[in-house]
Amino acid sequence: MKPAAFDYIRADSAQETVSLLARHGEDAKVLAGGQSLMAMLNIRLAQPAMLVDISRCQDLDYVRVENGHLAVGAAATQASVETRATLASEVPLLALALPWISHFQIRNRGTVCGSVAHADPSAELPLCLTALQGEVVLRSQSGRRVLKADDFFQGMLMTAVRPGEIVEEVRFPLQQQGARYAFQEVSMRHGDFAIVALAAVVSDSAIELTVGGVADRPARKRWARISGDDLDTALNDFAWELEAQSDGHASAEYRRHLVRQLGRQLIQKAGT
Amino acid sequence: MNQISPVPVEGFAAAADAAPAGYVGKALPRVEDAALLTGRGSYADDIGVKPGTLHAAILRSPHGHAEIVAIDSSAALALPGVRAVLTGADVAAWSTPFAVGVKQPMEHWSMAIERARYVGEPVAVVMAESRYIAEDALELIKVEYRQLQAVVDPEAALEPSAPVLHVAVGTNLVNERHFSYGEPAAAFADAARTVSIKVHYPRNSCTPIECFAVVAEYLSGDEGYDVMSNFQGPFALQPVMARSLKVGGARLRLRAPRDSGGSFGTKQAVSTYIVLLCLAARKAGAPVKWIEDRLEHLQASVASTNRVTTIEAAVTPDGEVTALRYHQIDDCGAYLRAPEPATFYRMHGMLTGAYKVRNLEVHNKVVLTNKTPSGLVRGFGGPQVYFALERLMQRIAVELGLDPLDVISRNMIGADAFPYRAPAGSLYDSGNYQLSMAMAVEHGGLAELKARRDQARAEGRLYGIGYAAVVEPSISNMGYITTALTPAERAKAGPKNGANTSATVAVDALGSVSVMIDSVPQGQGHRTVVAQVVADVLGLEPSDVLVNAELDTQKDGWSIAAGNYSSRFAGAVAGTVHLTAIEVRDKLARIAASILSVPAADIVFEGRKVFSRADPATKLPFHRVAGAAHWSPASLPEGMAPGIRETVFWTPVQLEAPDDNDVINSSAAYGFVFDICAVEVDKVTGQVRIDRYVTSHDAGRILNPALADGQIRGAFAQGLGAALMEHFDYGSDGSFKSGTFADYLVPTACEVPEPVIVHIETLSPFTPLGAKGLGEGNNMSTPVCIANAVADALGVADLRLPLTPSKIHALLGAGDPPPSKPRAAAPVKAPQGGHALSMSGAVELPATPAQVYAVLLDPDALVKVIPGCHALEKVGENHYRADVTIGIGLVKARYAAEIRLSDLDPPHGLALGGKGVSSLGAAEGAGRIRLEAAGAGTLLSYDYSAAVSGKVAAVGGRMLEGAAKIVLRQLFEQLGRQAGGGGAAPKRSLWQRILHALGVSK
Repeated sequence: MKPAAFDYIRADSAQETVSLLARHGEDAKVLAGGQSLMAMLNIRLAQPAMLVDISRCQDLDYVRVENGHLAVGAAATQASVETRATLASEVPLLALALPWISHFQIRNRGTVCGSVAHADPSAELPLCLTALQGEVVLRSQSGRRVLKADDFFQGMLMTAVRPGEIVEEVRFPLQQQGARYAFQEVSMRHGDFAIVALAAVVSDSAIELTVGGVADRPARKRWARISGDDLDTALNDFAWELEAQSDGHASAEYRRHLVRQLGRQLIQKAGT
Repeated sequence: MNQISPVPVEGFAAAADAAPAGYVGKALPRVEDAALLTGRGSYADDIGVKPGTLHAAILRSPHGHAEIVAIDSSAALALPGVRAVLTGADVAAWSTPFAVGVKQPMEHWSMAIERARYVGEPVAVVMAESRYIAEDALELIKVEYRQLQAVVDPEAALEPSAPVLHVAVGTNLVNERHFSYGEPAAAFADAARTVSIKVHYPRNSCTPIECFAVVAEYLSGDEGYDVMSNFQGPFALQPVMARSLKVGGARLRLRAPRDSGGSFGTKQAVSTYIVLLCLAARKAGAPVKWIEDRLEHLQASVASTNRVTTIEAAVTPDGEVTALRYHQIDDCGAYLRAPEPATFYRMHGMLTGAYKVRNLEVHNKVVLTNKTPSGLVRGFGGPQVYFALERLMQRIAVELGLDPLDVISRNMIGADAFPYRAPAGSLYDSGNYQLSMAMAVEHGGLAELKARRDQARAEGRLYGIGYAAVVEPSISNMGYITTALTPAERAKAGPKNGANTSATVAVDALGSVSVMIDSVPQGQGHRTVVAQVVADVLGLEPSDVLVNAELDTQKDGWSIAAGNYSSRFAGAVAGTVHLTAIEVRDKLARIAASILSVPAADIVFEGRKVFSRADPATKLPFHRVAGAAHWSPASLPEGMAPGIRETVFWTPVQLEAPDDNDVINSSAAYGFVFDICAVEVDKVTGQVRIDRYVTSHDAGRILNPALADGQIRGAFAQGLGAALMEHFDYGSDGSFKSGTFADYLVPTACEVPEPVIVHIETLSPFTPLGAKGLGEGNNMSTPVCIANAVADALGVADLRLPLTPSKIHALLGAGDPPPSKPRAAAPVKAPQGGHALSMSGAVELPATPAQVYAVLLDPDALVKVIPGCHALEKVGENHYRADVTIGIGLVKARYAAEIRLSDLDPPHGLALGGKGVSSLGAAEGAGRIRLEAAGAGTLLSYDYSAAVSGKVAAVGGRMLEGAAKIVLRQLFEQLGRQAGGGGAAPKRSLWQRILHALGVSK
């Protein structure tokens, strides 16, 4: 369990990062908190030729409210968002979901953008970004592009990031007028990968449920304010659409059950 | 939670010397902690090595069962920094197979020779200037395997059609024995009724933070081997290692470091790696260091046996058990590694548990399968037996409509029956099971728990209460393993018995006391307790006593029973230390008597002083008396040898070899544990919440209550893990699926509630201090106690550990309503199907069937279709060799692959098969592709199954389905593009269509 040899460069700015990525292409990977990458390096699942460490890029270490969203820079840790005093009023769903991310030691190192870029189908932050229909800012030497979460996540560990690009910022829309939020997760132990994680966003006119841990990426569904049998039917159909798989810890049937049952509980919770 | 302090209870009178009123029994802080907490821990990996020491990395089989056709190490040897590679040929030349505990021609070497029988079995060892280089070199060794059919289920392994692991043995059943004690047949024939249950105990382990460590050196000139390792014993394995290395015992020096990062039995299994690394050092001509990593530890170190037990009781209508019948199949993995089949026989004398049943029948089968060899894991044999026996007791209560507590009480051995000889031979030394149970009921608040259950059930919630009564053995009889042999085979081999323990106490010229022990502690705090014991005997403070536990087989007193296992410390080691200290005290008393001119019998040791009972005012300092033996031998009493260093060997006389009727007293001391568990099961999520856990212990004299409770908490946490989450998962092809702590789940502080701990102390009459082991009881009691509580909550009989929420959900029978509109269901993998992924689906491609077909047959086009294909070389008709990199996100693996096309039916379909090997493991797939015209394009439907093994299967289980989808997606996207004339198909829309189509079955 030793990584293959790699070069390491610590970048001091976003500009330096993208120029390094431009120069080294696909051989270079970005290292931020390292909470997923380091384990993969040690098991040699990943063998990049070069790591560009962005954790000390001052210009990427920010969490700020601007233009109707909470913008989180690539070097900002999950803890720096979690401990933000105004978070519960700014992005209530994030305040609900962040404590579910592993343990605080991990959140002290792990970054928000890193989790989004890694695109683990069970991870909480991609789920929140999808639920809130947030945006991802991708930056390369030739400029920036902004993608909706739905366009960014493309499958298990697969995103729209191109060689030479860095996830520079993710943007979580601020609390919407009249919207109410709820989050729930089932895992084998506290802090484990979610067997099923759910986020509900309920407004006067619509219900939205986003599910992680089941499909190959977070999946969002929107309904009118249905209830009773209609809601049960809708949840059941949604549970089937996710094409749950069985693994060593949970069966596909159990995952569908949780989507149906916890989905209903969560929608009720958010709706009241 | 209310912690109840030890409650002294009158027990059997122990020897008068066994009741010192000093430090023994007090919760002294650990003397070990100051060093550990200030970073001065001396662990195997931290100890410096000689200059020139090389670092080893081990190449391991990615297959559960395969012949090793050829190994080519040339590229690895060419890597700068690599010094040597050890392969099976070297091992065969320099060593012999390990001795086996049963009479079978089964060859177990320190490395696979010709055939690998479990995933992770060593196949080659690289010795290099750093571990990094050694691991780089592993990727350069080419091994050609011929895969064989694997078998992982012990019942399936007994089928006549099962693949046989050891051809020379001819069967996977390597040992079978029938036993009968009392009149079981008559008791079953006369029984009012019988109750039976079939249970499966899973493979699990107790995973220490520190993995295996070995530094081995070959001493040229036939001087043998010198090894520093965290091997923990039993040292009966030292002769096994020495014989394998073809040297005398004295030529294999084993040394253990002072500190350990835990073992829980597992470090017994370092033994085979010691031999392997000795041979590696010989090959390299330099000392070699190997530190096992977590993946290696989880997949290839050791595990408990998994066991299938059918247990049956003959019972009276009021729940009295008149006979028990066990049918046990124990799965020891790919080899019977010493001391197996000890998992069976450690418990053999006591299979009737805490109950007075006199009729017992046992049918034992030891089976080999394509899994890691089993071995010592805390609780060793107990969890398997009690999961069957205590589940049976719960079922008797349910089937007879009785209270489980009444059924247990009715059958428990009476307090006046000790010492009690169980029918299979265990001589239970002492106990008061009724009192232990009453203490648990009272201090644990059973009445309150029952009220909570009533209320919960009235509210429609799922609440249950479970019990477990467990006799906890300690100090193993070294002869119990021979119960696996027939009396005739035993007569031939010669008797084996006892539990030979040694301790050395020395006093130096300044009066400082040092103690050497043979217990190889693994973090328990043995040095603290030994200091307490010796201080009491010599009238000193514990801080006056230096305890050294770094065993060195070349210098220390030890025998085959030495080591850290079978909870032998409190009863045997601390007891032997006590006896040794008395020898020293008696010698010092004679010296003092001579100085003071008083009878030696009057000499008292107290407060660092030595004096006569008759004249307490005239006190000699302790160091003055001891110093005489060093500074002034001439003044010693006549005939007394100078110096003060005593070594005592002790064995419990009760430990005899099995007799001709297979009656065996398998352990020297037998403690008792009675547990109560109350759980609530979440109806929606299936999660189990432990409302309260009560554990009542009787381990004889408690030497240090703080350490005792620490042992109980640790064992409880591990028992809880076994009950709810821990499980080594294997695919039916032998692939191993629990290679990280995200796959093999161990409870953390968040999951472990604080148990209510209760003690009574009925002293053992058989150990010098009246103490018994207590560190394994909860590994035995907790899994079944939690299972009984869940069974009570759910009202179900068949529970399989671990009780994951998903499994409990299935037991709740909530159903899985179909979707409102019939949809092509996603392919659902059978839960037991291992990593055999199967997928089927259909995609539309923007080209005609003929165009698509042409691409599949054209190597130049195929190279662009196969995801990550760098090169494709035709090696025969429709047979290609390819270099393929599979990439999923950050994960990349480069496979040397073989691809074959067959069943060609142009342009309607063909079969496509491939297999490949990479440093991350092996992959194999086969599938059919059918092409149908659909409008201007083609509807391609496919049916695909794939199996992966090795590292990717072990660490990536959660991701494999998704990864397969991605690879297929890439494959068909490229196929469409190639057939449709390059970039003709707009990428995004094609992607979207493929995404939509993927996973939709026929």
